[in-house]
Amino acid sequence: MTDRIKKARQHTSQNEGLIFEKSAPGKRGTDLPPLDVPAVDTRELLGAEYARETIEGLPEVSEIEVIRHFTRLSTWNYAIDLGMYPLGSCTMKYNPRVNEFVARLDGIATEHPYQPPELAQGCLKILATLQQCLLEITGMDAATLQPAAGAQGEITGLLLIRACLGSRGNPRKKVLIPDSAHGTNPASAVIAGYEVENIRSDARGQLDVESLKELVSEDVAALMVTNPSTLGTFEPRIAEVAELLHSRGALLYMDGANMNALAGVARPGDFGVDVMHLNLHKTFSTPHGGGGPGAGPVLVKKHLEPFLPVPVLVEKDGRLALNANRPQAVGRVRAFAGNFGVLVRALAYTLAYGPGIRQATEDAVLNANYIRKALEDVYELPYASASMHEVVFSDARQKRFGVSTMDIAKRLIDYGFHPYTTAFPLIVPGALMIEPTESESKEECDLFVAAMRTIAEEAATEPEAVKTAPHSTRVGRLDEVAAARKPILRWKPKPSSEAAD
Amino acid sequence: MYPSDYRYTKEHEWVRLQDDIAILGITDYAQHELGDVVYADLPKVGAKLTAGKSFGTVESVKAVSEIFAPVSGEVVEVNAALRDAPETVNKDPHGQGWLIKVKLAAPSELSGLMDSQAYQAYVAEKEKEASA
Amino acid sequence: MRYLPKSPSERREMLDAIGVRDIDDLFSSIPEDLRLQSPLRLPGPLSESELIQFFRERAAENAQGYSSFLGAGVYNHLRSVVTDAILQRGEFLTSYTPYQAEISQGTLQAIFEFQTLACELTGQEVANASMYDGSTAMTEAVLMAERLTGRRRVLVARSVHPEYRAVLATYARNLGLEIVEIGYAASGQVDIPALALAVNAETAAIVVQTPNFLGVLEPVTRVAQLAHDAAALAVVAIAEGVSLGVVRPPAEADIVALEAQSFGMAPNYGGPYAGVIATREKYVRQMPGRLAGQTSDAQGRRGFCLTLATREQHIRRERATSNICTNQALCALAATVHLCLLGKEGLRETAEQNVAKAQFALSELEKIPGVRRGLTGPVFNEFVIRLPRAVRLVNAQLVRERIIGPLPLGQFYPELTKCGLVCVTETTSRAEIERFASAVRRILDRPIRENLT
Repeated sequence: MTDRIKKARQHTSQNEGLIFEKSAPGKRGTDLPPLDVPAVDTRELLGAEYARETIEGLPEVSEIEVIRHFTRLSTWNYAIDLGMYPLGSCTMKYNPRVNEFVARLDGIATEHPYQPPELAQGCLKILATLQQCLLEITGMDAATLQPAAGAQGEITGLLLIRACLGSRGNPRKKVLIPDSAHGTNPASAVIAGYEVENIRSDARGQLDVESLKELVSEDVAALMVTNPSTLGTFEPRIAEVAELLHSRGALLYMDGANMNALAGVARPGDFGVDVMHLNLHKTFSTPHGGGGPGAGPVLVKKHLEPFLPVPVLVEKDGRLALNANRPQAVGRVRAFAGNFGVLVRALAYTLAYGPGIRQATEDAVLNANYIRKALEDVYELPYASASMHEVVFSDARQKRFGVSTMDIAKRLIDYGFHPYTTAFPLIVPGALMIEPTESESKEECDLFVAAMRTIAEEAATEPEAVKTAPHSTRVGRLDEVAAARKPILRWKPKPSSEAAD
Repeated sequence: MYPSDYRYTKEHEWVRLQDDIAILGITDYAQHELGDVVYADLPKVGAKLTAGKSFGTVESVKAVSEIFAPVSGEVVEVNAALRDAPETVNKDPHGQGWLIKVKLAAPSELSGLMDSQAYQAYVAEKEKEASA
Repeated sequence: MRYLPKSPSERREMLDAIGVRDIDDLFSSIPEDLRLQSPLRLPGPLSESELIQFFRERAAENAQGYSSFLGAGVYNHLRSVVTDAILQRGEFLTSYTPYQAEISQGTLQAIFEFQTLACELTGQEVANASMYDGSTAMTEAVLMAERLTGRRRVLVARSVHPEYRAVLATYARNLGLEIVEIGYAASGQVDIPALALAVNAETAAIVVQTPNFLGVLEPVTRVAQLAHDAAALAVVAIAEGVSLGVVRPPAEADIVALEAQSFGMAPNYGGPYAGVIATREKYVRQMPGRLAGQTSDAQGRRGFCLTLATREQHIRRERATSNICTNQALCALAATVHLCLLGKEGLRETAEQNVAKAQFALSELEKIPGVRRGLTGPVFNEFVIRLPRAVRLVNAQLVRERIIGPLPLGQFYPELTKCGLVCVTETTSRAEIERFASAVRRILDRPIRENLT
């Protein structure tokens, strides 16, 4: 079996328990400089009502134990630095190291958000420059860099829609969302106080424009669309859809998760989008870090600008400042000015490319189409429409042998890759959603294709090997049912009467 | 498989009458579709149910299924055993895996529900559609 | 371009394999009139050294080398280089959300440890893997209270961080929540009699922050009692987590919204940080945010996986309890590493240094004619001082000496004009405190008109 697998081989990795299991009284991981002012008896100062007795449960370990502990843990993870993540709609591209360096500079990482503006012109200039770049890339008129992630960007965008329509007399009641949309879309709509109406995609997995003509009533505030769609295909009638919505007093929201197919090639502002968000941790290379932080700036057309959340970046006499005095603003979506550290990294990425960002988009689309061509004879393509930066297959052919997309994904792990996105979008039963991004070399793409082709063979000839994968990881498939029935969500010290493990 | 003295809904709930108390649960088809049940979110005793409206959910690891009231009435008992052993819904969906007991507000509503033969036919149709 | 691993000949090979002549053919699904005909007008491209130069220039336009007495929700604390050494490991930095548990055990175990630490710090039973920040964590905690009680009225102390309150108001407006603000007493603590009067059968939650925005510790036990007497929930926000080294944790609270920035995250001009929600076990299914749970594989090996995912938006869609997808994993990792390095003794010692330095600064400032402590309640590392003239005027002079002075409070609390919020942490040396106090003394000695120049 191992001969087939070219990209990975098993290797001894270190075991490591929980940090609490290494704790022993008296060990210290870091020292403070001695106190240079008179000491204070805090217990006496604070009194019994406020003073803390003790902090049980914080571990006591040495510096080397901390380094070993987390280093060992890190070796159990897959990461972009190790290889491709073909995760559809996640855009797992290279996280440039210079971004980490500049984000940590003294004078960048060290600044306090309440520094007077004259002492923060550098930070504000970073925000202004990024804003200008994002507006140029998207073709929009104004922006807020505050939202902490795509989902927060969405809810901000919906609040803007509500405020804009409200100012015209009627915020309306409903938001239309395609059944192919990511789950954050309807969740955000509900939190913004709208009802959700799901709309079905047509036979090509695209927006059913004819049925939209029926559905866009006076109750509809907006359509939330992802373009390219979650199938990786460009909505050919998007401009027409925008016009339809506008003619009926509704707005078009675009989920910018798939911007990696458009940057430098086409601009949402040009095809009628009123408001959109970007995921900086996708298209703009900021690191995922195991699940965050990200940033989800929102970009709008002029008519939505007055409602942007506070504070807004303003310039006067060559000096930048943040202005919170905006009477029509929807409010504030988070404390301070945004995930500045993430914004720095996104700006560094954008400046590194400049106008050459188009090349990244082209390579992303090239890689996805190369993989599509190489796999379309072994995996089912549910929709024939052209793929852009991602391709969606289904497990229909493998299902005949009892092998599902989940199984194939797990077997891919043995081949040295992270799985692609399984079981999404919901409109494709048994979906395999593959997005290589521009960061993958031809070699890595070829290794991926080889792995996927071999697994397709295995599905037919030795399905059990696929169904019980992965075989080469530190732990096998975990009992998620037990984890949900009887959740254990923290370590607890054993009572002293029990023997140690 | 589907007890003949029960009544069934299109959303795969069953009802069994015990004097004027109706016992409710989800069918074997439903538990099979859902997968391993990890949690049931059920109303409190005293809650009022309206026929056709959702009154709770049953969850697996990856999915949440709403449960719709086949009949109207007031909840008089909730299956406490499910809190510690939600898997009972999978193991014995028509028996020990019952969800709630309801004092019927309008017993005539029962006549609108399917009998076991009709439900079996309905399930067979569903299974045919799925494999098509 | 250095981030693109393709040679021109490889691109050609791949185009041939696909069967198209030109890369533009792969974009033909975009209507012609929407395709850009010329390059975007963007600055760059910059080489690595030019990038570094650009950001160094920006850094020089900020406050490098200044002494700062700012806190107000963002705190300067010592950070070990060990934290960054670990954060910068590619396997942590560049890994994805741990949905595929078998190849994400490093991240999952670290999250499990973070959850445990958050419980220990706050005295609660269960904690999540982090929310965006303290302000959104507090907002989500309030939404949780609304769901749990079925009530729509929320009492919020005015002494809660103004920006946290503004975020809550933004979300509350659209969900039909009624927010009632309760003022503070001369101590700086929430006005308990006013609170007692305001609590009723419609109250979902009482929200306080401790230490509050004015630096004062809130009487959490009494607040929780008032809430519980009305079958409402007590929500406690904590912006300065280091206080938990010496201050009793809010164990009586039903939900704690903790901002973890103080543990290993640099100020970063406002973010990214990590909020955490910690609560009672019985509320866990109403808690938003990711959760890592312990479980095992078929061979009985201990492992961790994301669990209770059905609370989340990608499954519940329009029935989700929250739309939050991301957790601030890398920031939470920073907090985890930081807390492990400090350990229980290190955290206590850090907290004690904060108290001692703040008390020293307070006593030095109170020696200056005209300068008084603004509020009487117990404080941790921040306190309000009252000056005989506008804080802005004094600060403008302090800046010339490369000191960033107290936060003027009048912009947030109109009744607190000429009051400033001073924060002192273990990073502030005695010499800096003395220099600050003597500068304030000198500035106040000068007639006002000199301050205006």
